Amino acid sequence: MGAAAESFAEAAVIEHRSGFRRRWYRTPSFVAGLSILGTIILLALLAPVASRHDPVQQNLLDILQGPSRTHPLGTDELGRDVWARLLYGARTDLRVAFLAVLFPFVIGTAIGLLAGYFGRWVDTVTNWFVNVVVAFPFYVLIIALVFALGSGTRNIYIAITIVGWVSYTRIVRGEVLVAKRREYVLAAQAGGLSNLRIIVRHLLPNVVTQAIVFAMSDIVLDILAIVTLGYLGLGVQPPTADWGKMIADGQTYLTTHWELSTVPGIAVVITALGLSLLADGLADLLRPE
Amino acid sequence: MSLTGYVVRRLLQLVPIVLGVTVLVFFLIHLVPGDPARTILGNHATPAKVALLHREWGLDKPLPVQYWRFLHRMARGDLGSSLFYSVPAGRLVVQRLPPTLWLIGLGTFLSVLIAVPLAALAATKRDRLPDQVVRAVPLVGLGFPPFWLGIMLLLAFALHLGRGFPVGGYGAGPLGHLHSMFLPSLTVALAIAPILVRSLRASLLEVFESDYVTTARSKGLPERRVLVRHALRNAVISTVSVLGVNIGFLVGGTLVIEQVYALPGIGQLMINSIFQRDFPVVQAVTLVFAIMVVLVYLLTDIVHALLDPRVRFD
Repeated sequence: MGAAAESFAEAAVIEHRSGFRRRWYRTPSFVAGLSILGTIILLALLAPVASRHDPVQQNLLDILQGPSRTHPLGTDELGRDVWARLLYGARTDLRVAFLAVLFPFVIGTAIGLLAGYFGRWVDTVTNWFVNVVVAFPFYVLIIALVFALGSGTRNIYIAITIVGWVSYTRIVRGEVLVAKRREYVLAAQAGGLSNLRIIVRHLLPNVVTQAIVFAMSDIVLDILAIVTLGYLGLGVQPPTADWGKMIADGQTYLTTHWELSTVPGIAVVITALGLSLLADGLADLLRPE
Repeated sequence: MSLTGYVVRRLLQLVPIVLGVTVLVFFLIHLVPGDPARTILGNHATPAKVALLHREWGLDKPLPVQYWRFLHRMARGDLGSSLFYSVPAGRLVVQRLPPTLWLIGLGTFLSVLIAVPLAALAATKRDRLPDQVVRAVPLVGLGFPPFWLGIMLLLAFALHLGRGFPVGGYGAGPLGHLHSMFLPSLTVALAIAPILVRSLRASLLEVFESDYVTTARSKGLPERRVLVRHALRNAVISTVSVLGVNIGFLVGGTLVIEQVYALPGIGQLMINSIFQRDFPVVQAVTLVFAIMVVLVYLLTDIVHALLDPRVRFD
């Protein structure tokens, strides 16, 4: 009996899970996002090849130089090569942002599944937690948490997780509330499958797409948070190159060397644009007909 | 349900949330690794000083007792005292509040000024060129770090292209404030405008394509009348709720913008206190920021209920 219900429910899942509606290479925003992000990731990975300079190597005889053959984007106030710092900054900021999105994604999705499926007090308690976290402005809570925990990447992950899980929980919970009334879940329940099995095998695959789409745009938010922390001096600690710190350092020389603050900011904007396009394209591809 | 009844019910619903907010702010100190008193006072603190802080904050008591004392103090309006300035943290916050409130107020105003026309244009010209352009705005705009946007505006309008605005500070007198606060508020507005445009366009489309608008059109009413008499009120309702939902983001944005423009608001107070390891002040500012957001949510709900009687009967 259990097995029969399982296979019936399985068929329903396959029917419901529509996969990619179109081919990915026919979705312009997906292709554009992938190319932009791909280029940036490639440059970050190839940083030692793409620049011959060490990003933390100071050269006090060559400070605040304009672009030249040896320094394509010039040097900063400590004589460090700006292009090299930009590349190594991409390494730091992208790595931290991509890792930072994982924990809230997993934890938030799990809590959303439980709250949506079991309802009652589980849902009430979850909602209370969500509403409390949402009462804090995003940057205020992140900054307060990083201050309490101390700076450094590990604590940035913890802070972003404490603040970030709520969005995933909200999205997944909403999806579960709709999905649990559908035939495939009712069939699985009638077939006597365990709650755990229904949640993991039947609900999760159907509700996770929205969370994945959101995760792409959440990376944008995380990059902005990491860069902001760096700007405030609370993020990745110097001398490690980070775009936020580069913008902050350049601000002192705004009247004479405006490019020092401008260039890393443009790097953030382009990266974020790539991710946003990718998220848009993914949403398009995954949207059921 | 009457409006008063609705407001009372909403206020009661806020109680557990505000309590939760205080719990989180309270626990901030317990996130500090090791002995918080020692960490905060630094390596050179004398044991006597550490012991004093322990007693003052009640760190030697069990957690529930500590929280109860924290809550009790707060109920009397006592947010602790600054370790750096030796004055009540609450007084510091109140002194620094005006620039932040200016920034939030003017920022909200400018964001509406930017977002509403763009969203309305996009929604009325659905899928045509203006809509395509407006839809690209969030895609690009969301990736701008607000503080960097601030620096770029400084660069353009205070340093290089034009020199019409001061590079920082709060200015003197209401007109001076307005002049000094324009660029910071514009930064805040531009940072949130992409989100507003996106959600507003969606909710305006819903209004414009709803049955009652179609009915009004099919009755042969002039388009102007349809928009003003039928669509506008509902469009305003959507604007208020979209703005309300996102105001938390706007309020948090002020924190970083104050740093860029050297504005003496509570955001700057928070950052300075962080570097002075002035824990009570950081806690106080965090709490005040959260309370502000909760109040804005409440205000949005009330305005929403005033405009849309259906809300009260939900």
